Amino acid sequence: MIHPIPSGTRDVLPDETREARAITDALRGVFERHGYGEVYTPALEYESVLARADMAEAQPAYRVFDENGSVLVLRSDMTVPIARVVATRYATAELPLRFCYFAHCYRGVAPARGQPRELLQAGIELIGSPAPDGTAEALTVLCHALDATGLKGYSVGLGDASLFPALMATLQVPEEARRGLLEALVMRDFVELERRIDESGLSGEPAELLLEVPQRRGGPELLGEAPAEAAEAVTGLRQVLELLEPEVAARVIVDLGLVRNIGYYTGAVFDVYDPALGAPLGGGGRYDELLGRFGRRLPAVGFALGVDRLHLALAGEERGTGALLARAVDTDGSVPA
Amino acid sequence: MTPLDGLTIAVPRGALFDGTVELLGALGLDTAELRSNDRKLLFEEIGVITMRPSDVPTYVEAGAADLGITGKDVLLEQGGWGSNSLGEDGRKVYELLDLGYGRCTMVLAGKAGPDPAAEALRRLGVMRVATKYPRIAARHLEETGRQAEIVEVKGSVELAPLTGIVEAIVDLTATGTTLRENNLVVREEIVECTARLIANPVSYKLKAAAIDDLRARVRALPIPSER
Repeated sequence: MIHPIPSGTRDVLPDETREARAITDALRGVFERHGYGEVYTPALEYESVLARADMAEAQPAYRVFDENGSVLVLRSDMTVPIARVVATRYATAELPLRFCYFAHCYRGVAPARGQPRELLQAGIELIGSPAPDGTAEALTVLCHALDATGLKGYSVGLGDASLFPALMATLQVPEEARRGLLEALVMRDFVELERRIDESGLSGEPAELLLEVPQRRGGPELLGEAPAEAAEAVTGLRQVLELLEPEVAARVIVDLGLVRNIGYYTGAVFDVYDPALGAPLGGGGRYDELLGRFGRRLPAVGFALGVDRLHLALAGEERGTGALLARAVDTDGSVPA
Repeated sequence: MTPLDGLTIAVPRGALFDGTVELLGALGLDTAELRSNDRKLLFEEIGVITMRPSDVPTYVEAGAADLGITGKDVLLEQGGWGSNSLGEDGRKVYELLDLGYGRCTMVLAGKAGPDPAAEALRRLGVMRVATKYPRIAARHLEETGRQAEIVEVKGSVELAPLTGIVEAIVDLTATGTTLRENNLVVREEIVECTARLIANPVSYKLKAAAIDDLRARVRALPIPSER
């Protein structure tokens, strides 16, 4: 008898569990060594509480009514629930606070895309530690954790969510055009970005900078060449880089066009790439406004890794046949410069 | 190293093939075998894989190719990072360049004479539309405030209004010949489509130098109408 389960969910059997457990144990060891205490929160929350955060594309997708008619949702990430916990249970606690989690989150899926409805995320939140120190700590924990799993070829893209908005403001992009430009960048559509820059009546150097700056990505030297119009974000990124130990800094790709599709990020943002996988393994960033929405204004930073994606990348590196691995990647797993 | 600097590119067979081969030739690729052997799919020595245009985003998103060339029509139908008002979640690829060739227009068309779609909307409140591009059609009709039943077909879309199962079609047209031959007229132009250069998001970061160099070389080529 075959009894189906919903698309995008799966039963995890002993072989997979064993491998996934080895990964989460490695991550947990590093998180704990850095002082991050593990927390659980309920999978079901009040919709009205989670709605305090701007989730953009990671909106909760599943809603039910409880016996009193209140709307409950299945959480779509762990950052927002932890922000709630901090405001509620740590209202007067000494800072900074360090939490880690291993938890299933629930997302809506597009039909027939093989996307997960239920995904296991592993991550940390560092609350009450402002930039640049907090950001540098999160990046350090991230790289140490990935090293502990045995992943070799990974890189971390590092950008700043405020960079492009600041660039638009200093280049005096008309107020009404800014949203459209940012939208084109979020869609990673540089053809559309160029068209909208033209349409907004900009020309010459400002137009060139708006199109070209978000396409700059590479080594730390990019920060030295960045235009004065993006000075604040660039200075912030430089301060973070200066705090990183060399092994961590060597993993960083400076990316002046990095955007993440969740609304609550305010400053530094990062994405994790591995040549064995065609999509990022995870990412994170600063969310200095989010805690305030729950009643305790605190700077914060965190990241989440998709455990399944990490597992895929590790398996790809082991076989030497991941997405981009078969080509142009040295045998030690590093990507040639 | 190939002239593509070790990059792999997904090349569309079909209407965009000639323009694409010409472009690759201009970049210094030896395209002789690509031109002559239309059964072979993998041309490893020049870093090319060939497929139908609508498969290009699939392979590029998965990282089987670092770059790809496909029509804007395909990207509008399949692409997208954010969730828009329709809750769509598309193939996540970077769109780097408008290559200028393969120009055609996505149109809403219907039978010549009195517009049956207008009548259907007036009397029944809903129009039926046949298309191979259900997302583009649904988006256009929603944005223009009309209720529509989308009928997805795989073959000749022109047949649908002629047999009366729909009042209009949404389809791509270059010259309008097929529409005219079937006694259909363009009612609305939805969007102009040309060939686009796309990239895998991880390749775009990890192979930035090679991709930027290629992009600059393509940009420096004369635009296709002058080539």
